[in-house]
Amino acid sequence: MNRLEEYWKANTSLIRNLLIVWAVVAYVLGILLAPALNGIRLFGGPPLGFWIAQQGSIYVFVVLIFVYAARMKALDREYGVED
Amino acid sequence: MSVEVWTWTIVILSFVLYLGIGYWARVRETAGFYVAGRGVPPVANGAATAADWMSGASYISMAGLISFLGFDGAVYLMGWTGGYVLLALLLAPYLRKFGRYTVPEFIGDRYYSNLARVVAVIAAIFVSFVYAVPQLRGVGIVLSRYLGVDVATGVWVAVLVTAFIAVLGGMKGITWTQVAQYAVLITAYLIMGIALSNLLTGNPIPQLAFTFSDFAVRLSELQVELGFKEYVAPFQNLSALNVFLITLTLMVGTAGLPHVIIRFYTVPKASDARWSAGWALVFIGLLYTTAPAVAVFSKYNLLSTLANKPVEEVRQIDWVQKWEKTGLLKLQDKNGDGILQMSGNAEVNEVTIDRDIIVLSTPEVAKLAPFVVGLVAAGGLAAALSTAAGLLIVIASAISHDLYTRMINPAASEATKLLIARVVIFLVVVLAAPFGINPPAFIAQLVAFAFGLAASTFFPAILLGIFDRRMNMQGAVAGMVAGLIFTATYIIGTKYLGWPNFIFGITAEGIGTIGMLLNFVVAYLVSRATPPPPAEIQHLVDDIRIPKGSAGAASEH
Repeated sequence: MNRLEEYWKANTSLIRNLLIVWAVVAYVLGILLAPALNGIRLFGGPPLGFWIAQQGSIYVFVVLIFVYAARMKALDREYGVED
Repeated sequence: MSVEVWTWTIVILSFVLYLGIGYWARVRETAGFYVAGRGVPPVANGAATAADWMSGASYISMAGLISFLGFDGAVYLMGWTGGYVLLALLLAPYLRKFGRYTVPEFIGDRYYSNLARVVAVIAAIFVSFVYAVPQLRGVGIVLSRYLGVDVATGVWVAVLVTAFIAVLGGMKGITWTQVAQYAVLITAYLIMGIALSNLLTGNPIPQLAFTFSDFAVRLSELQVELGFKEYVAPFQNLSALNVFLITLTLMVGTAGLPHVIIRFYTVPKASDARWSAGWALVFIGLLYTTAPAVAVFSKYNLLSTLANKPVEEVRQIDWVQKWEKTGLLKLQDKNGDGILQMSGNAEVNEVTIDRDIIVLSTPEVAKLAPFVVGLVAAGGLAAALSTAAGLLIVIASAISHDLYTRMINPAASEATKLLIARVVIFLVVVLAAPFGINPPAFIAQLVAFAFGLAASTFFPAILLGIFDRRMNMQGAVAGMVAGLIFTATYIIGTKYLGWPNFIFGITAEGIGTIGMLLNFVVAYLVSRATPPPPAEIQHLVDDIRIPKGSAGAASEH
């Protein structure tokens, strides 16, 4: 496997991992498990399932993109393909 | 000063600002016209993307929509933000590395086919047009509600302002006006959200007030008491399957909308496209995390102010009188007992509230200074104008760049190309006006179309173009055509021809996900049954996968 293929593989596995988090937060916690999570209330606020679906998921999405950008910056440098 | 005078002043000042920026950012070459010379810093591009993305509907209607849907309103919140994750990870940096001007151009070049180019041009024009019309109308509505201007006149004002900025400065003019428009719209929205949150909870930060107060639960209980559905419980208004599929369609559609994608062509480097998507979501998130708080607080306030109160007492309230006049709020004492009954049962319900009131009435309900009302109006205008401009340049560049320059007259001089681009954008903007004045269908329904079609055509074609080296012309074209026909047929059939939601009860808003899956399957099968793409295309794919070299791309044209 050459260097570029290795770089691409590292990139796609990073994407895969981040997309798993994305899907779990939005679709598993925010939708599928929302009825169950609504039984939990943190800090006297809204039910957890509702809070994740309407607020928490957005914070996670922002973090995912910045983690990706930072990790890719390191990866670009490691493989000498930075622009 | 009166509310009217404040509103006129702020609206006119903001328009002068936009026109000034439009004039300052005028361009003389096509790279400036189409991709702002690729000189936009990532943070500024994030703000421009946020303004481009957040439409008049996000600004004026979304909080109201959420407040009526309760939990299920999450489809908009997660759907319209989660798509940026897909965009940042799967599309933006590679499209920036590819480094041309438009989305159809990527599809046409990657699939070495003018047929693919034309399919993409048609889809880009259709998606953008469908989305642009309600924006123009949004400007007309905001101007008419706040300033008493005729809706048609308001639409023409929008058209002329947009045409001026776009014709002179193209993408460069649009980008920098969008940065200013973002500042105006977010300031207005946050002032409104902060004041409302402070008034009701004593906590000025709407996100914290939403998270740490029990208002959502109290609203939920009040709704149940009045016979409405529980606010915080999922799947009261949409089935679980539809919540799932609509969210996914809106996410994938967001990632596939050409006016959002082309914003990432304007940053200097491929790595900047990744950061820029993050900044875009930060700026969008500021509004999108405020909206559910505004939805809860204003709905609670509306219900507790109006329900079971004497009609005469309610009619004394200033904002009630004002909104009753516009027809957006209707009070009818059906049983003649002098008390307003509010109920989930339409037979006994005596208060009808238009969803748009939730945001539009907030400054008055929260008794904010008159200039805030003007600022909210200007924010609504900024949201609608910035999105309209972003969409119209997609249509204009699809015609002038992809059809004219790439297919009809590739040898045209720089001056001719620029002239054609300017004439086309002027014509597109002016031709859109009559549709804005008399839109063919309800605003939100039209927007659902745009997402379904973007999700079922562009997203798979672009994604496969980057991640599947073996994907060829035959596969991509067959996939796009299958996705487009399937999705359009289902939406038109179920929305307008009275067909039932015949696939598992999936609504028109969520069908784009199925169209996307169909596109993937057809594209895969057809591509594997036909010859692989030529070697130079496979090299092109290898090339866009690495950021190296993207910084110099602007000079290649």
